[in-house]
Amino acid sequence: MGEQKVAVITGGGSGLGQAAALRLAEEGIAISVVDISETAGKETVRLVEEKGSKAIFVKADVSKAEEVKHYVDKTVEAFGTIDMFYNNAGISGPGVKFVDNTIEQIDMVLGINLNGALYGLKYVLDVMLANGGGRIVNTSSTAGVVGQATVGTYSATKHAMVGITKTLAAEYAEQGIVVNAIAPGTTETPMVREYKEKNPDAFKNATEPIPQKRLGQPEEVAELVTFLLTGKAPYINGVVVPIDGGFTAI
Amino acid sequence: MKRFEDKVVLITGGGSGLGRSAALQVAKEGAKLSLVDLSEKGMEETKQEVLAVAPEAEVLTIVANCANEPEVEAYVKQTIDQFGKIDSFFNNAGVEGTQNLTEEYPVDEFDRVVNINLNGVFYGMRHVLKVMKEQGHGSVVNTASVGGIRGIGNQSGYAASKHGVVGLTKNSGIEYGQFGVSIKAIAPGAIMTPMVEGSLRQLGGENWEEAGKEFVSVNPMKRFGKPEEVGYLVAFLLSDQANFINATVIPIDGGQSYKY
Repeated sequence: MGEQKVAVITGGGSGLGQAAALRLAEEGIAISVVDISETAGKETVRLVEEKGSKAIFVKADVSKAEEVKHYVDKTVEAFGTIDMFYNNAGISGPGVKFVDNTIEQIDMVLGINLNGALYGLKYVLDVMLANGGGRIVNTSSTAGVVGQATVGTYSATKHAMVGITKTLAAEYAEQGIVVNAIAPGTTETPMVREYKEKNPDAFKNATEPIPQKRLGQPEEVAELVTFLLTGKAPYINGVVVPIDGGFTAI
Repeated sequence: MKRFEDKVVLITGGGSGLGRSAALQVAKEGAKLSLVDLSEKGMEETKQEVLAVAPEAEVLTIVANCANEPEVEAYVKQTIDQFGKIDSFFNNAGVEGTQNLTEEYPVDEFDRVVNINLNGVFYGMRHVLKVMKEQGHGSVVNTASVGGIRGIGNQSGYAASKHGVVGLTKNSGIEYGQFGVSIKAIAPGAIMTPMVEGSLRQLGGENWEEAGKEFVSVNPMKRFGKPEEVGYLVAFLLSDQANFINATVIPIDGGQSYKY
């Protein structure tokens, strides 16, 4: 407690969540890694510890409110409080046109990306309000600010992140809560890298619509997340920051 | 962490407000500075403040009117002559102008405000981007405003020019991304700078501080932003770490953004 700052990261076992965990660890922040995969989550814990910071793993299916409550409780039990929340867990769905989704597929994306994110905010805000403040970053997406074919449900949930971010910024700023969102474009996470190596043609055209003609790197997104969660500019509040090489400007 | 070690940062409007604040932040992180302003006195003050926090910093000061294209060309050339390159450009010089209903907004005032805020930003990018394209890298932050995203009333010249800055940012951002250059704008809200103080004095006269309290009462944070906060944001956006943030505008307004 006291000096030790504490961050909760959902989806902390891979991709943007893991990259943010490692970057925040460099700031000496204790990390509560939340993931549905125990193997992935524990690997992030190991990497955070390797960087000399503290970490715990809490397994959770974020679409279940009681499991969300559980990761919040476990974090407070281990570290005493929550100063920062990177509300990031999400899935993209089956990648088909909207009517080709089954109801189960729609519900699954909504459950994780939308309900999971809102449950997290509700329980984490309880802790932050009691402690007099905190910083939150929600993971939206370029698909949260523009339309993108074959990711309809995902896009709906990511647009929702924009709405909740702005609302919370208006509601809790006076109590010291700062809430922002990021809208990353396609980022070369380990998963994407692996896919690219196996399917070299699949990404041939992926960088064409991006003004910078490249994909984002997870380390760049982690830098932005760290800036928003720890930076000396809390007046940045209620903002959705695209990090997409200019993709959504066209 | 010294993100601006060996980097050359060019700042217009470097003699006060946000320009000064950004100068202090990047100089602390190792930058060499080229400051541009109409006011020599303002730049000298900035220089002294910079040297107080970064005694090793090299600081070039150039008196120029950003609304005058040959003077813009000259400040870019002088910067190159001195330092050989421009890594980052805070294209920031601007004025607020008078406050009037549209029908009473003087035409010559409109032209003056647009010339400084919009033409000046365009001239700056026109000359700096040529340099950055040749270098194959660079970052630009243009100063827009909350008044460049939404209506604020009584500020025809300011609103038009700052909306224009957002447009220029997106246009040039998508053009130059492929050359390794990243261009973005910031949209400061109620930041307590000399310019905002001047605006409050237009509203409240002697009681400008009361007018200020009234002004921020609708802000979710119920306070003015600090110039240091904007300096900190600008430094991040100018750094290599923020290269992939391109052709976009980042508000810094305490959460007024929730309305747009």
